[in-house]
Amino acid sequence: MSKFKKKKGGELPAISTASLPDIVFMLLFFFMVATVMRDSTLMVKNQLPAADQIQKLDKKDRVMYIYAGEPSTRYTDKYGSQPRIQLNDKFATVAEVAPFVLAERASKRQELQNVLTTALKVDGDTKMGLISDIKQELRKVNALKINYTTRVGDYIQNID
Amino acid sequence: MAKRSAPEVNAGSMADIAFLLLIFFLVTTTIETDSGINRKLPPIEDVEDPPIIKEKNIFTVVVNKNNQLLVEEELTDVSKVRSMAIEFLDNGGGEGEEACDYCQGDRDPKSSDNPDKAIISLKNDRETSYKIYIAVQNELVAAYNDLRDREFNRLFPNESMSFVEANKKYSDPRTSLDEKERLKPKLAEVKLMFPQKLSEAEPSKTN
Repeated sequence: MSKFKKKKGGELPAISTASLPDIVFMLLFFFMVATVMRDSTLMVKNQLPAADQIQKLDKKDRVMYIYAGEPSTRYTDKYGSQPRIQLNDKFATVAEVAPFVLAERASKRQELQNVLTTALKVDGDTKMGLISDIKQELRKVNALKINYTTRVGDYIQNID
Repeated sequence: MAKRSAPEVNAGSMADIAFLLLIFFLVTTTIETDSGINRKLPPIEDVEDPPIIKEKNIFTVVVNKNNQLLVEEELTDVSKVRSMAIEFLDNGGGEGEEACDYCQGDRDPKSSDNPDKAIISLKNDRETSYKIYIAVQNELVAAYNDLRDREFNRLFPNESMSFVEANKKYSDPRTSLDEKERLKPKLAEVKLMFPQKLSEAEPSKTN
């Protein structure tokens, strides 16, 4: 009758963690593939507006980025809270946009120089005056292809 | 001597190493938003005598500094811009040479002659918020896309996709060259039926 007697000591068997590395590796690969390293640290607030009639941006080497928005809280003491332009890693004035575009263009391969797009990553709360100034500068250096980078979403989200 | 099995490598720390890498990637990377509304700026050149455009062929959208919208001289909500723009572009009020045989609008003589003549003029203030500007741009592009979708479906019903999808497929680098060649003339034809004529005036200053 002792055949069906339970084993002594009702301890739970240890959960095997042998598959844990596999799971973590899976996550790791997902993040490695899905993310892109950012070239420059963002120094401005960058809450992009939403739009749904969007097109995908060109390959990364054909795009130059111009950021604009209020300086992040870290920089407000030094730079104030007026919206500013950020080029690469520093704040810039409107007059610096044209030289920046020319320098970027010169750094690209010959065959790409005519197909460059300028992506404007502008915070939603910025006033159009600044953006018009940037656009005017871009026209001066003949960088006519632009892209207003947006989030994917309904336009209603833009109206508070 | 008896065969001795090789000692097993302890893989217990593998998870730790993987976690370390995972956390590194989590912290250093951000998922980039890389899509948006494409636009082309007009080149700077002084036009000697600008072409004369009939008032009825212009659809004016003005956004003021309080983010209010004035469409064709009337205070409007952003949600109505799309349908109003479609109505204007699709009107086809022209006669004779300027007639538009594919337009399905009211053929109102007071509105645009044909989509080729129809121009949307967008004017904003320097104090206009960027968000609203993008919302309006989005709706105007949507109006064009809706009409192009309609014509694309009508002309190429066996394509079983909309203009926007076809355009996306065309610009996708993974699409084969043959497929691109096949889509190109179709896209061009529809684009020609409803050319995107969106003019932006330089912003007005508020004093």
